[in-house]
Amino acid sequence: MSEATAHSAVHVHAPPSGFIRKYVFSVDHKVIGLQYYGLGLVAVVIGMILSWLMRLHLGWSTLAIPGLEKLSPAGAPGNVMTPEYYLSLMTMHGTIMVFFVLTNAPFSGFGNYFLPIQVGAADMAFPRMNMMSFWVTLTAFLVLVAAFFVPGGPPLSGWTAYAPLSAVGAEAGPGQGLGQTLWGVSIAIFCVGQLLGSLNFIATTLDLRTKGMSLARLPFSTWAWFITSVIGLLAFAVLLPACILLVLDRAAGTSFFIPGGLVISDRLQPHTGGSPLLWQHLFWFFGHPEVYIAILPAIGIVSHILPAFMRKPLLGPRVLISCMAAIGFLSYMVWGHHMFVSGMNPFSALLFSVPTLVITIPATIATLLWIGSVYGARIRFTTASLFCLGFISVFISGGISGFFLAQPSIDTYLHATYFVVAHFHFVMGVAAIFAIFAGTYFWMPKMVGRMMNETLGKIHFWLTFVGVYCIFMPMHYLGLAGNVRRYAAFTDDYLVPLIPVHQFITIAALITGAAQLIFLYNLVWSRFRGPKATDNPWQATSLEWSTTSPPPFDNFGGRQLVVNHEAYEYGVESPEGDYIMQTAPETAKAH
Amino acid sequence: MSEAEMTAGHHAGMMEESPYAIPSGKLAMWCFVLSDAVTFSAVLFVYGYLRIGSTNWSTPFQLVPSVLNGIVMTFVLLTSGLTMLAAVEAAKAGRTAAGTRWLWATCALGALFAGMHLMEWRHMYEEGWRLFQNPLGGSVHFGAAFFSITGLHLLHVLGGVIALAIIALGFPSGKYNRIDVEITGIYWHFVDLVWMFVFPLVYLMNAK
Repeated sequence: MSEATAHSAVHVHAPPSGFIRKYVFSVDHKVIGLQYYGLGLVAVVIGMILSWLMRLHLGWSTLAIPGLEKLSPAGAPGNVMTPEYYLSLMTMHGTIMVFFVLTNAPFSGFGNYFLPIQVGAADMAFPRMNMMSFWVTLTAFLVLVAAFFVPGGPPLSGWTAYAPLSAVGAEAGPGQGLGQTLWGVSIAIFCVGQLLGSLNFIATTLDLRTKGMSLARLPFSTWAWFITSVIGLLAFAVLLPACILLVLDRAAGTSFFIPGGLVISDRLQPHTGGSPLLWQHLFWFFGHPEVYIAILPAIGIVSHILPAFMRKPLLGPRVLISCMAAIGFLSYMVWGHHMFVSGMNPFSALLFSVPTLVITIPATIATLLWIGSVYGARIRFTTASLFCLGFISVFISGGISGFFLAQPSIDTYLHATYFVVAHFHFVMGVAAIFAIFAGTYFWMPKMVGRMMNETLGKIHFWLTFVGVYCIFMPMHYLGLAGNVRRYAAFTDDYLVPLIPVHQFITIAALITGAAQLIFLYNLVWSRFRGPKATDNPWQATSLEWSTTSPPPFDNFGGRQLVVNHEAYEYGVESPEGDYIMQTAPETAKAH
Repeated sequence: MSEAEMTAGHHAGMMEESPYAIPSGKLAMWCFVLSDAVTFSAVLFVYGYLRIGSTNWSTPFQLVPSVLNGIVMTFVLLTSGLTMLAAVEAAKAGRTAAGTRWLWATCALGALFAGMHLMEWRHMYEEGWRLFQNPLGGSVHFGAAFFSITGLHLLHVLGGVIALAIIALGFPSGKYNRIDVEITGIYWHFVDLVWMFVFPLVYLMNAK
């Protein structure tokens, strides 16, 4: 080996041998991807249990939940949660789900595992930085979860941590002491992890593509992870200082987000001149792009998986990529639509409403491209393709309510109601979760070398698909009926007649949640007992299917791949069948 | 060359061989600069937002010593940009000894800047300025904005000084190459550039 390559080549390290270097402090992007996925799995279980607790309380507000008092003696005396503790659970549910599930699994998890493979690289551009990004993220998670066990419990200001409630300290309520500070610190740490990850994704996509892998030949998933990295790079860069300023307000006596003359718990707060709106501006400048950080990888994953089961390419691949880029670009101009009822100047509301409606154009084009592609295709109905179709369904259901909410006059009525809860759970939560499921059923054979059980998978899909509609569809009606969100119970006012709807939703949530046990069982069972996967079980075309299942340490066993074809050449005649792999020789194309 | 060596050379060996021209480290540094610029913008936005919303904003800086001190600091930092440029040029031309000398010069100027800044902080502190306190009785946001913005910048300068020292130590032995010098240069020029926003916005606009 020449001297020049010896001192700067980061990729020619031998596979590690010890357990710790191999599976714990690993620099292998595949292990890191699985670590992110595992963290997402732990987080989603916690987040779902929290939602169960909330749903039980919303349906039956005097119900004692056994064991809850052990978790928080003050928050649930006699096992019945206090309204404050309900808000704590809601805050933790939102924070864990948005940051540690919807950002972690489809972007950091699958992205880490498959981005280098799909571009034909042996690893990420900066493997050590990659390892660091995971451990930083894990630290953020542990700091957040620690809030359950500190005096006062977790914060109760929501995942948006609106000031001044989040900024003034323990007087603002249980959980607003150390719990809220931990929240701010945790999210600041999380931002650092995401920035490191984004740098890595961008450098890898641009620099480490193998021979012949032009940008136009990149799979949709890689494009989505790349665009998401660019969004993340600029969005988390604002949340990071915002969280630091919030912690300064809480710990160092500054008044960035706290107005003067504020009386809390009968005490005049020693702050002057700050602005709660300023926090909202900073938070949502990050917060809206964050929605696309969750959904763009989902769009990419679904667009990547669908062609393999339709056996034909998607319509307008370049248009789809442009749509993703347009969504990413526009995501920075619409943050004010979260603030229509904040007291912001109504003219600003108009200004934010227009780009919000404009953003529906690329989103609609993407949807029409999927529907147009699916139309007339002879789809192979596997669990993965069902979850892709399910994704399109919930994306439309959640997207349509967006048209309403984008308009200030309608949003003023609906903003603080369950209509918004239904909207963002469909379009951001469930849609991204469906893409995670689709990705799991599709890629698990590659990641662990074993197939997942299709029968269990399909049962899981139908229960989940019907379940999420039973949970979130009625919430639209609740919202239109004026059912405010973030209330712990509706016991003695005009909302009492709506309680049966809440009880229905709770039952649906319990059943849908229980259905996820089928998925977990399938995941664990398949990992150890599933039939061995071949290298390319789905007859797919992109580079991850050109290597063994699971791939070796350097992904391609020392081969340098040469890419000769577009990412999705399905429905053609070739020696392999009806598809041409990206690595197939040039001559394989039949004319 | 075996196939594996070709892979290594192709990915991360001599940077000229990269088919896509931009070495990964440099690309990542540009991305970091972009992200960091957004971070600084956010903090400067906070300053502007609170200042516009204040009716009693203090403008405490005298021409002498505060603004003059700021001008000298600006001169020091800009000069360090020049020495950094010389370091990068020398490294590119393969003049390792000269490159190292220029790196140390940049490092020293950066340390001088940080030292002057800390002196200024001490001075302000002795006058009674705090993150949450204004000795003149005006808006408390002056101290908050001043210390957080200049503090963020100071952290960047100190980080840069440490990075420059590390690179300068490893450059002669070949532990770090000219690309590493260049990457440090990108970062250092960015820190320089940010100051060109911080100085007028925080110093000149708050002169009496």
